[in-house]
Amino acid sequence: MNNTALATDSGFDVYGVRRDFPVLARVLRGKPLAYLDNGASAQRPNAVIDAVDDYERRHHSNIHRGVHTLSQEATGLYEAARDRLVRFVNAGSRHELIFVRGTTEAINLVAQSYARPLLGSGDEILITHLEHHANIVPWQLVCEQTGAKLVVAPIDEHGEVHVEAVEALMNERTRLFACAHVSNALGTVLPVKRLVAAAKSRGIVTLVDGAQAVPHVAVDVQDLGCDFYCFSGHKLFGPTGIGVLYGREAILERMPPWQGGGDMILAVTFAKTTYNSLPYKFEAGTPNISGAIGLGAAVQYLDGMDLAGAHAHEHALLAYATASLSKIDDLRIVGTARTKASLVSFVVEGVHPHDLGTILDEDAIAIRTGHHCAMPVMDFFRVPATARASFAFYNTFEEIDRLSAAVQRARSIFA
Amino acid sequence: MELNDLYRDVILDHNRRPRNFGPLDAADASIEGFNPMCGDRLTVRLKMAGDAIADIRFEGQGCAISTASASLMTEAVKGKTRAEAIALFDRVHHLLTDDAACGDELGKLAALSGVREFPARVKCASLCWHTLASALRSADPRALPAVSTE
Repeated sequence: MNNTALATDSGFDVYGVRRDFPVLARVLRGKPLAYLDNGASAQRPNAVIDAVDDYERRHHSNIHRGVHTLSQEATGLYEAARDRLVRFVNAGSRHELIFVRGTTEAINLVAQSYARPLLGSGDEILITHLEHHANIVPWQLVCEQTGAKLVVAPIDEHGEVHVEAVEALMNERTRLFACAHVSNALGTVLPVKRLVAAAKSRGIVTLVDGAQAVPHVAVDVQDLGCDFYCFSGHKLFGPTGIGVLYGREAILERMPPWQGGGDMILAVTFAKTTYNSLPYKFEAGTPNISGAIGLGAAVQYLDGMDLAGAHAHEHALLAYATASLSKIDDLRIVGTARTKASLVSFVVEGVHPHDLGTILDEDAIAIRTGHHCAMPVMDFFRVPATARASFAFYNTFEEIDRLSAAVQRARSIFA
Repeated sequence: MELNDLYRDVILDHNRRPRNFGPLDAADASIEGFNPMCGDRLTVRLKMAGDAIADIRFEGQGCAISTASASLMTEAVKGKTRAEAIALFDRVHHLLTDDAACGDELGKLAALSGVREFPARVKCASLCWHTLASALRSADPRALPAVSTE
């Protein structure tokens, strides 16, 4: 394939974009870094690094507290970041956008604050077979606490979730349906809008884990119609330790606070505490201020780029990687859904993924190997682990060529 | 760091054709080792004759380093007493973690020395040894819980 032609065809200035991400210039063992582990964590552009740096150097203070200048500046920056994220996912209002540590915390918040008080013995929570552990374990915990039952909707041999199969498991006992928007282990894009509609028509509350989706698809929570949507900042080119929980205001209003402390209260006496309004009711304690500002900067950066071009480029990368890897003997792609985000999970006969990861690392190619915190998915495909190359818009066709060559090299070592 | 140093011929050979691989009937001890980071899982089974390891076999799923290390281990400890096998574990552990260790006295096991240049892989090589040592140090190996690298 003529790489240059393909890169030009997608009309996206990948080499220009790469200059925005300083880490991509790193050279390891004499070879340029090929960072293909974006599903685990994406890299940060200068815009994010600079925003965090500027905050730390000039504006840091606690928020929502002081009358002094720095506190007002920090509060302004933090709340401006919230407003950017409100627009990014098209939430109905800033009351619906809660800053959390990440997707995991968001799901635990919903499990403990929404589901736990509501559930009883005989109630059911419905998830799918391809969920990340973060969208399994919080529900298992709340099931143990309440006597509710966790029900798992099947996937097919391509790693697809079928709406009818999920609908068949929805009944009058189903109190909540939670699913990934995009599978982290397989890349499958789930038909979330239809799944949410199916749940809604039965009065079932819905949560969508968007951790793997927000970097790859435009998300409009009002269009999806879900009650909760969550994602992590660091997979969206922002800092670690910051993420977002979107919740419909009517539901958030009814929920008790998850954690108690500062910022989530209006008035405290030893007799009674009056909770603060949304979203602060769910933001107890001093939050990750610089993280929120960094995430706001990441979203601002994305707003300023050719996102349609970026997504088209990612799709071209996915198609090219799928075609290139498929040509390698004894290589099997795990997860062959018709609609996928730009990641390829695979196994190579005779080469354990862990060995593959080490051999690729010698060529300065970073991929993820292991069970991807999705052990039920590994069990379904009867593999202990896979290798996963996950792409961002700053990846190139040359990097995929290097990936393919390194996989061939690994095969020759173990031949 | 050189890949050739990690994947030496001895390692590749023992990965391709692991020795003492499979079930062991009427074992005196069966203990499971698990590396939750990568999902490697192996079971080491022992048959004792007094204080000596009369027979040892392993089963499981793991990377080349973990498979080869287990294979080499079974060859090395068969016939050894409990104390001798534990002493060997200590020497191998030293070899895997200390750059100064030469491993000359370890025979084929010295092939594992390349692993120490790859810190992310040391646990792969040591999983089987920790599993064995746990069984040997226990008064009643039949009652042991699984061993985890984490």
